[in-house]
Amino acid sequence: MSFSIGGGGMRMGPGGALERFGGRDEAHAFDPQVALRLLAFVRPYWPQMGAALLLMFVASLLTLATPYLVKIAIDQNIAQGDLPGLARTALLIAAAFAGIYLTAAGQRWFLSWVGLRVLATLRRELFRHLQALPLGYHDTHIVGVTISRVINDVGVINDLLSQGLVTLVGDSVVLVGIVVAMVSLSPRLALLSFSVLPLMIAATLLFTRRAQRAFRQTRSGIAAVVGDLAENLSGMRVIQAFAQEGATFEHFDEVNRVNRDAHISAMTLSFIFLPTVEFLSMLATAVVLWFGGAFAVRGEVSLGVVVAFLAYVSRFFDPIQELSQLYTTVQAAMAGGERVIELLDTQPEVTDRPDAIEMPPIAGRIELDHVSFAYRGEVEVLHDVSLRIEPGQTVALVGPTGAGKTSIANLVARFYDVTAGAVRIDGIDVRDVRQRSLRAQMGLVPQDPFLFNGTIAENIAFGRPDATDAEIEAAARLAHAHDFIAALPEGYRTEVLEGGVNFSLGQRQLICIARAALADPRILILDEATASVDTVTEAIIQGAIERLLAGRTALVIAHRLSTIRNADLICVVQDGRIVEQGRHEELLARGGLYRELYEKQAWSPERVAGG
Amino acid sequence: MTGSNPSPSSPGFLRTLLRALGYLRPYRRLSIAAYLALLCSTGLALLVPQLIRATVDRGIRGDDLAALRLAVLGILGVTLIKGVLSFLLGRWTEIASQGVAYDLRNALYRKLSALSFSYHDRAQVGQLLSRAIQDVDRIRFMTGRALLRLAEGLVLLIGAALFLAFMNPSLTLLSLWTMPLMAYWALRFSRRFRPLTLAVQQQLAVLTTRLEQNLRGARVVKAFAQEPAEIGRFDAQNDRWFDLSATAARLQALNLPLLDLIANLGSVFIIWYGGRLVMADRLTLGELVAFSTYMGLLIQPVRRLGMILPNLATAVAAGERVFEILDAESEVKDAADAYPLPPVAGHVRFEHVSFAYFGRNKVLDDISFEARPGQVIALLGPTGSGKSSIINLIPRFYDPTAGRITIDGHDIRRVQLSSLRDQIGIVLQETTLFATTIRENIAFGRPGAGEAEIIAAAQAAQAHDFIMETPHGYDTYVGERGVTLSGGQKQRIAIARALLKDPRILILDDATSSVDSDTERQIQLALERLMAGRTSFIIAQRLSTLRLADLILVLDRGQIVARGTHADLLRTSELYVQIYERQLRMPVGTEEGEVSR
Repeated sequence: MSFSIGGGGMRMGPGGALERFGGRDEAHAFDPQVALRLLAFVRPYWPQMGAALLLMFVASLLTLATPYLVKIAIDQNIAQGDLPGLARTALLIAAAFAGIYLTAAGQRWFLSWVGLRVLATLRRELFRHLQALPLGYHDTHIVGVTISRVINDVGVINDLLSQGLVTLVGDSVVLVGIVVAMVSLSPRLALLSFSVLPLMIAATLLFTRRAQRAFRQTRSGIAAVVGDLAENLSGMRVIQAFAQEGATFEHFDEVNRVNRDAHISAMTLSFIFLPTVEFLSMLATAVVLWFGGAFAVRGEVSLGVVVAFLAYVSRFFDPIQELSQLYTTVQAAMAGGERVIELLDTQPEVTDRPDAIEMPPIAGRIELDHVSFAYRGEVEVLHDVSLRIEPGQTVALVGPTGAGKTSIANLVARFYDVTAGAVRIDGIDVRDVRQRSLRAQMGLVPQDPFLFNGTIAENIAFGRPDATDAEIEAAARLAHAHDFIAALPEGYRTEVLEGGVNFSLGQRQLICIARAALADPRILILDEATASVDTVTEAIIQGAIERLLAGRTALVIAHRLSTIRNADLICVVQDGRIVEQGRHEELLARGGLYRELYEKQAWSPERVAGG
Repeated sequence: MTGSNPSPSSPGFLRTLLRALGYLRPYRRLSIAAYLALLCSTGLALLVPQLIRATVDRGIRGDDLAALRLAVLGILGVTLIKGVLSFLLGRWTEIASQGVAYDLRNALYRKLSALSFSYHDRAQVGQLLSRAIQDVDRIRFMTGRALLRLAEGLVLLIGAALFLAFMNPSLTLLSLWTMPLMAYWALRFSRRFRPLTLAVQQQLAVLTTRLEQNLRGARVVKAFAQEPAEIGRFDAQNDRWFDLSATAARLQALNLPLLDLIANLGSVFIIWYGGRLVMADRLTLGELVAFSTYMGLLIQPVRRLGMILPNLATAVAAGERVFEILDAESEVKDAADAYPLPPVAGHVRFEHVSFAYFGRNKVLDDISFEARPGQVIALLGPTGSGKSSIINLIPRFYDPTAGRITIDGHDIRRVQLSSLRDQIGIVLQETTLFATTIRENIAFGRPGAGEAEIIAAAQAAQAHDFIMETPHGYDTYVGERGVTLSGGQKQRIAIARALLKDPRILILDDATSSVDSDTERQIQLALERLMAGRTSFIIAQRLSTLRLADLILVLDRGQIVARGTHADLLRTSELYVQIYERQLRMPVGTEEGEVSR
């Protein structure tokens, strides 16, 4: 309630402040270092920021001026019957409002532009950084968590700018301005009005803490509903097969109810808070009317002053509330900001040396020279491994799960760096060349046939985006993939759905082989798939692999007997050592571990991640 | 989640709206009470400016301090009552609308668990989730706060107009013009703004997918040295996101303060024109202040009206998507006169059964065979020959398009689904375990099973030993929050789950991905125990299973091309011999495996 003039468009009011609790929840103490690092991203846009702050300042001043102008209209124009004066004042007020519109719109626009620009820049930087991080990072971090860093956590920069900064600067200006205006109009009335302030601050602080807890419960409530539902929908076949619809429903009902009640409790809190704020604000108004009215009757202040006070008092509480909640916003921003900075500060373990050279065209001689290796700070998984592969040879790595086969392959592609010894290709230490020039001449067929969203053609051309259609088709033919692709209604333009679900496992493997074939690598790393496909497909894949391997140096983590038999060299890996080397017949004849494994048929699968 | 919003004029709009509102029925007392409270509190809000008028005119200008204090106390009292009322009405509406969401989600869950496999084959989990979560939330918002705000705005507008007209009709007409303008502008703004925010969200989803793909494919990206290309793709989507967001932000920056400007210009007009009236003694100063206060009361609700109307359209669209699920017909359901299947011996007959998924290509063509109680029936054939379809028909996951299936002479379409499935144990190809303890996973088919029974089932399934090695034994959580089990371990838990149910009929899709030989042998042992004394249907992958079978059905393109025992078929069926040689003898290491066994 007020002499309703001048609702500044920049504030959210208690309702808006409430919704803010729907956001992040973790709290962190203010860390000036984190704040400075984050603000550094704003530096390139300081002209826009400066303009926004300036506009905000002007808007606040104009907002403060309007009640004063209204006072003039009442005291000097209306009370004294000054008709042209009233028109003049009205025009002035209108002009002030037009000014408020322009400055508020401009300030909003600049500020959100900068916020979005900074967000986009941060995401860009994070993505670039992620590309530079070694495979070790990706092996040890859950994809969803990293996504949340890049997509959600960077949002805190925007919060810090638009809520933190705006609240701090804008609200302070308004608050100081109101205090100055009120005190200069009537110090006594001003002091009396301020008496409500402690109550307001206490109420806000009390509510803030409870609301945080309550809204956190609503978030975990809805998360539980989503989780339960997602799991039961995925497992619906089993639920129906076991006729357990009733029991699972009861559980869902429980989760659903908890969520409902959490929402009702949280909202109930705010239904207490909002009327309380309204009442306190009305209390201040009542104080102004009670005492101001008495002063006016006694002629100690003018009626215009009372009206102006009403306007100022009503505008007093929004900034107070926002400032008392500012700390919460900043705390949340700190938590997110810290995570973003942590990611940006993760050092790539595998980096190009400053004097790294371009890898010359590879002939394909691979040499592991007394190589030892441990994944980041963990126990050593390879001990003093030496191996020599001649150009064009196919080497099969076999051995039980966890023996170190994948680690050997990872080191050749320099996904990791050795902890001792050296990996040399054509006599050049892989640490002396640029990673990209090395990998551009390598190909990989992963154990899990990974396809990207996009068309089949794009997937095959992944390693050589500039490949022509004819080249793509040739690669697909080599991989025996052309026939099934051509049979699709949209052929090579068929979109691959998330996870490649619209293709069978065997088809995905063939596409991955075509991808490697098109890249025409000198060295090929092949992690054979272990999942079973039907007999015919199995034979097709085998044929495709054989053609892919022809004329290249290949390192195969082998699960298929046929691959193993055709290999030029078989390395039996156990406990981080190569314990036997030789051809199939030789090793069988030797009667060692290979023979034992062979008889137990234990070419057990190893996870790509290794370790 | 997208989909175009239905226009309010379309015929389905009103029907869907009413149907959604119908979910308020269980909460009608609460809702009616809330709207009565709303009426009272709005009435009180409209009284306040009158009290202010009294304060100014009778108190300050009339030099009557007693009247002034009375009016001030009145204002405080009114605010207090209004506060209590708005607490009550807020809470009541929240209880009602949260109740609507709760009921809708339960209804959706019941429906989805009643819908047969053919529905779930076509539906995407993500889609269903988005309907059960976001769409239901939109309906909740509409039945709750949106409707309340709408009512509040209308009552305030009408009430204020009446009070104002009572004080001064001409000033009322001249000052209220800003309201429709504001409502119009707010509506226009949200019409333009909403699709833009949707586009921004979608673009963020695209960006997220790009990132996710890049992270999941990190190994491939690095191996093919495609980081620069990936950066290019990400940047392109990121830039697009920025452009869209910036457009939305500009629209917001220019329009939201404009609404304030309209409202504020309205009050300037009141000061100017009202001031003239005061000077001409046709209006008191208190009335002028009251006028301005009424305008202040109206600004927020009128602004909100413009924002809420598009929400209504969104909520109705959400309602249509939710009701689409609720109205879906299950293709497999109990007949009206279905009776419970009595305990069976396990005599299963297929009589001229044909089947096609979604009424399209035929996958089974005139299949007839008989399984006597206790027999082991093995199904063999190339991919797509119809093996899985046969086993899916027995528990009625689908219904045949022609012919019939009987168990102990009962047509399975005539008996109650749950009584049928209660007597069938199933181990599916893809082993689904739930994110709970191992114990609960095993007891899934018989929630009341005792500790000893669970352990016995696990022991028979060769699962007890590895379960005891997990951190908390049977209380270990599986899945995201707990341990990760290997394919072979999961399969043995699934076998224990089926064993505990002690079914008369057993269905087994046994396509193990390669496991090491120890596991292989253990699973084999578990299977043999599982099958003992039950009628079993097995999609066979192992030679040893085929040897056990009383009857092997060799399938090709939806037909049984040969049948008999292993020994018979080796002599009579060319396809069997072919499959036997390629599929069962060839895979890794098995080549001479037979000899070594």
